[in-house]
Amino acid sequence: MNSAELTLGKHVFITAEAAQPTPPEAGPRSALRISLLTLAGVLLLWWGVCASGLIAPLFLPPPQAIVAKLWLTATRGYMDATLWQHLGASAFRIVTALVAAVLFAVPVGIAIGLSRTARGVLDPLIEFYRPIPPLAYLPLIVIWFGIGELSKVLLIYLAIFAPIAIATATGVRNVDPTRLRAAQSLGASRWQLIRHVIVPSAQPDILTGVRIGLGTGWSTLVAAELVAATRGLGFMVQSAAQFLVTDVVVLGIIVIAVIAFTLELGLRALQRRLVPWQGQSR
Amino acid sequence: MSSLIVDRVSVRYPGAQGTALSDVSLTVPPESLVVALGPSGCGKTTLLNLIAGFIKPTSGTITLDAEPVTGPGAERGVVFQDDALLPWLNVGDNVAFGLRLRGVRQREREARAREVLQLVDLADHAGHKVWQLSGGMRQRVGLARALAANPQVLLMDEPFGALDAFIREQMQALLLRIWRETGKRVFLITHDIEEAVFLATDLVLMSPGPGRIVERLQLDFGRRHAAGEPVRSIKAEPDFIAVREHVLARVFAHRTNRAEGAIA
Repeated sequence: MNSAELTLGKHVFITAEAAQPTPPEAGPRSALRISLLTLAGVLLLWWGVCASGLIAPLFLPPPQAIVAKLWLTATRGYMDATLWQHLGASAFRIVTALVAAVLFAVPVGIAIGLSRTARGVLDPLIEFYRPIPPLAYLPLIVIWFGIGELSKVLLIYLAIFAPIAIATATGVRNVDPTRLRAAQSLGASRWQLIRHVIVPSAQPDILTGVRIGLGTGWSTLVAAELVAATRGLGFMVQSAAQFLVTDVVVLGIIVIAVIAFTLELGLRALQRRLVPWQGQSR
Repeated sequence: MSSLIVDRVSVRYPGAQGTALSDVSLTVPPESLVVALGPSGCGKTTLLNLIAGFIKPTSGTITLDAEPVTGPGAERGVVFQDDALLPWLNVGDNVAFGLRLRGVRQREREARAREVLQLVDLADHAGHKVWQLSGGMRQRVGLARALAANPQVLLMDEPFGALDAFIREQMQALLLRIWRETGKRVFLITHDIEEAVFLATDLVLMSPGPGRIVERLQLDFGRRHAAGEPVRSIKAEPDFIAVREHVLARVFAHRTNRAEGAIA
């Protein structure tokens, strides 16, 4: 290491070259590799247990049977509809419920976050129904709204609504007060504050609410499709279970999981695109 | 006379013990750079928030060019320690934000934003994302945003407090240059003694318990730097050091008095 000495009165100044930067730690790629290895391990274990004959195919069909069933349901179908038609029916219900929930829950969340009156009125209502399992109020919805599409979409809608409204309200309440003052001292009116500062500031929280909502909505799907459905992934799993067609049950579960995971990844990508500053310096 | 006048203002926060600000009077005349200096709890932030209109005085009045201050307004631009920029807007749109609120047309806004960004040496950064800028650059964007609205007075709330020593000195020089070029009055609060002595034309020393003004000094180091003298030669000269030590002693004197009072 090069160094130089400089003396000034009693004080000695020693200048040295900067140390070499250390190489960065192994990043998220290695985490992904571990996840993939885990997945491969589970598949291998599954295959091994089935191949050894320890568990009868009625209880756990081997992976290759699921793949064969995937091909069969995709081309010829199960219960008068192909896998795609089941999937389409479920996707339609989820998307309709999600769009409706975003349209209503975001304004409601903003109102709760901004106004004490709105909070007093709406907060207890949301907190009252939110912890109730959807299956518990499903009968009431059927009595009120019948057994058509409306009841199914409504059930999913209710599951998505609460997380989005609560997350939006939190986002609105947590807006940096300095940001509000900055806008006020630039002459912003109350309406301009909401439109130009509060809502955009709450955007990361709203998106997190959508992510959580979509998760709970998707998991309500099976409950929703218990009611007189003739199509849908939840219906497919339910009816297959009644006839002990285990491979379709497992296939349905895997398809539901894969789609939920894909949606989650998609929303995370959307979040990175829409609010790239989140997780940055401030 | 056209001035910012704080007249016998007191502030008591409801529920809080004691008085945040007691009988404070202050004038920020045209072309001045008034700095309020003091330890935390001395009421300097309260004073700035009063002038900005974020809070209301319990008693006393604040007027800007004979108009009473009743709330926040665009004629009093504020620069915050935490820059408070809007991360979803780029640098240019942040600077033009006040003009957008006023309904100024886009071409005019962009022209004005370019003009002020030039002033803070960020002319080629209009399209940048604010969250990718360094602390010093963000602070300059905050300054540009306040200037773009063409305020009557610039209020600065410990604007360089979060910056490192080198950047802080650059920012002080930049502020003095802009102050001279635009002729804006500035009211700045800080707890950095050297910064206060260097920048101020009028230095106001404040003390806690209750928050009040204990001394006023008229200084010219900032003016001299604005007129061309280099920073280091000013800050190294005996005159500057003497004033700095005097102010330091004053600030510490109140500290020790309080400590002794607490023991007795």
